Amino acid sequence: MSAAVPKLEVRSATKRFGNLTAVSDVSMRVASGELRAIIGPNGAGKTTFFNLITGFFPPTSGDILMDGSNISRVPAAARVKMGMGRTFQITEIFPELTVRENTRIAVETGLGFSLRAWLSAAEKKRVADASEEVMTMANLTSKADRLVGELSHGDQRSAEIAMALALKPSLLLLDEPTAGMGDEETYQVTGMIRRLHRDSKYTIVLIEHDMRVVFHLADRISVLAEGKLLAEGTPEEISANEHVQNAYLGKAE
Amino acid sequence: MSTVTTRADATVVRPWQQLVIIWALLLTVPFWLPLVGGYTAIAARVLVMALAAMGLNLLLGYTGVLSFGHAAYFGLGAYGAGLTLKYVAASTPLSILAGTLLGGIAGTLFGLLLVRRRGVYFAMVTIAFGQVCFYIAYKWDDFTGGYDGLRGFVRAPLDFGLFKIDITGNGMLFYYFVLVVFGLAVGLQALILKSPFGRTMLAIRENERRARFLGLPVEKHIWLSFSISCFFTALAGTLYALLNNFADPLGLNYIMSGNIVMIAVMGGMRTFWGPLVGAVLFVMLQDYVSSMTTNWMSFVGLVFVLVVLFFPRGLMGVLQKRSGA
Repeated sequence: MSAAVPKLEVRSATKRFGNLTAVSDVSMRVASGELRAIIGPNGAGKTTFFNLITGFFPPTSGDILMDGSNISRVPAAARVKMGMGRTFQITEIFPELTVRENTRIAVETGLGFSLRAWLSAAEKKRVADASEEVMTMANLTSKADRLVGELSHGDQRSAEIAMALALKPSLLLLDEPTAGMGDEETYQVTGMIRRLHRDSKYTIVLIEHDMRVVFHLADRISVLAEGKLLAEGTPEEISANEHVQNAYLGKAE
Repeated sequence: MSTVTTRADATVVRPWQQLVIIWALLLTVPFWLPLVGGYTAIAARVLVMALAAMGLNLLLGYTGVLSFGHAAYFGLGAYGAGLTLKYVAASTPLSILAGTLLGGIAGTLFGLLLVRRRGVYFAMVTIAFGQVCFYIAYKWDDFTGGYDGLRGFVRAPLDFGLFKIDITGNGMLFYYFVLVVFGLAVGLQALILKSPFGRTMLAIRENERRARFLGLPVEKHIWLSFSISCFFTALAGTLYALLNNFADPLGLNYIMSGNIVMIAVMGGMRTFWGPLVGAVLFVMLQDYVSSMTTNWMSFVGLVFVLVVLFFPRGLMGVLQKRSGA
């Protein structure tokens, strides 16, 4: 993959719902291996922007490109198959199944086994190994046989990220991964995301409210306000940016 | 570690113990049932209703989708078997095959229209289709026997070429015949549930949105689950016709659909064997109470309400509920 082609590129994306313009002419390039944070006040259009990227709905105008190919009209499920993994603002898991079952279903779906009535011994081993691998990445091996619904909020989040990883994504989109967490859990999930970025070289785009997390993790930060891209830059540039301070940082902190 | 709950220690009676107990009881029914005042034909009825409800439960308990019209496939199975015996050939296996295919294929085709509906709308459309089948059987006098039901057929002995097994009597042999079919069917169900496809059913039950964002074609999987479920319930219907040498239009009615749902819910729809336990309770109530009053359904209804209030996960669910906390 040439360095010139960004992992993800958004070109002048706009999304209107009736009279409301939720996302207005936003462009963004995320390089391969980059960790990009998207911040902005409530109602800035962050989640709508995420939904455009993941194909929850199509943009009103503008284009979305992954690895240089235009995916604006590609449905969500197909984007998943192209390597786009996602977690949600509200944790989406299979609560009454164990961690192992959760990851196993994700692995089997990723490998295209979901309609199979049986697996060969080799395939079973492949599924078990892959499931073990993502549980290790998410630090959940010791809780593998517990029901996900009974885990702490932080562990449920980790399980959700593990399921996204099970699909072997090349691009990981995390919608407020530390939302509603205490310090301990935030630390735990932040550590996991950093490992994924530094050690496993995932390209990650995340929406986050916790500024400590953002400035700690991100290579670059994009600031959205009222649907528009207000600023983009390194954490140092963003924290020095006057517009951002006025529009967001000053008020929120 | 006191709050740690795992699948294994959450179960009071472990799955393999359940399996041993259940099969030991089922295999010895003709020997102990008369001692407690039952008769073997009623045990065959339990198996048939259990199989119908276990078929439904693949959809209801494991995929999380409610059908209120499974009597249609049960009834089509029964009529398919009866009509085959009456008009085509005196072969019990052929009648089972024909009835199962009739009900299963009808469900598969109808399922195509259903899969985009959810919840109450799904259930309503299934009722509607069930009632269509009911009225066809009810009105088509010449072919189906109409209101009186389909008579004039009897199950045929099993012909293995070298030897024959006469299952035409109401005794032990017919019970064991039903038990063998039941065993093969639920064994197949267990295999389906243990397969990757079976796990996708659970995934859809647990969180449809998550399943979709894993890239699962959810509608296709619900359709397949519905189809498989209909085949099993239709198979139960064929056995019902063989058991009674009679196919009843009321077997297609929404009341029967409700009975099948009640059996699954009373027994425990999140458990594999729950519908069998539900069927034991249902058939016992039906048999004993209906000998005392024609209003037996109100007793069944009362028991149903009590079970749902006090054991919301069903009778079998009680065994699996207790956590290690």
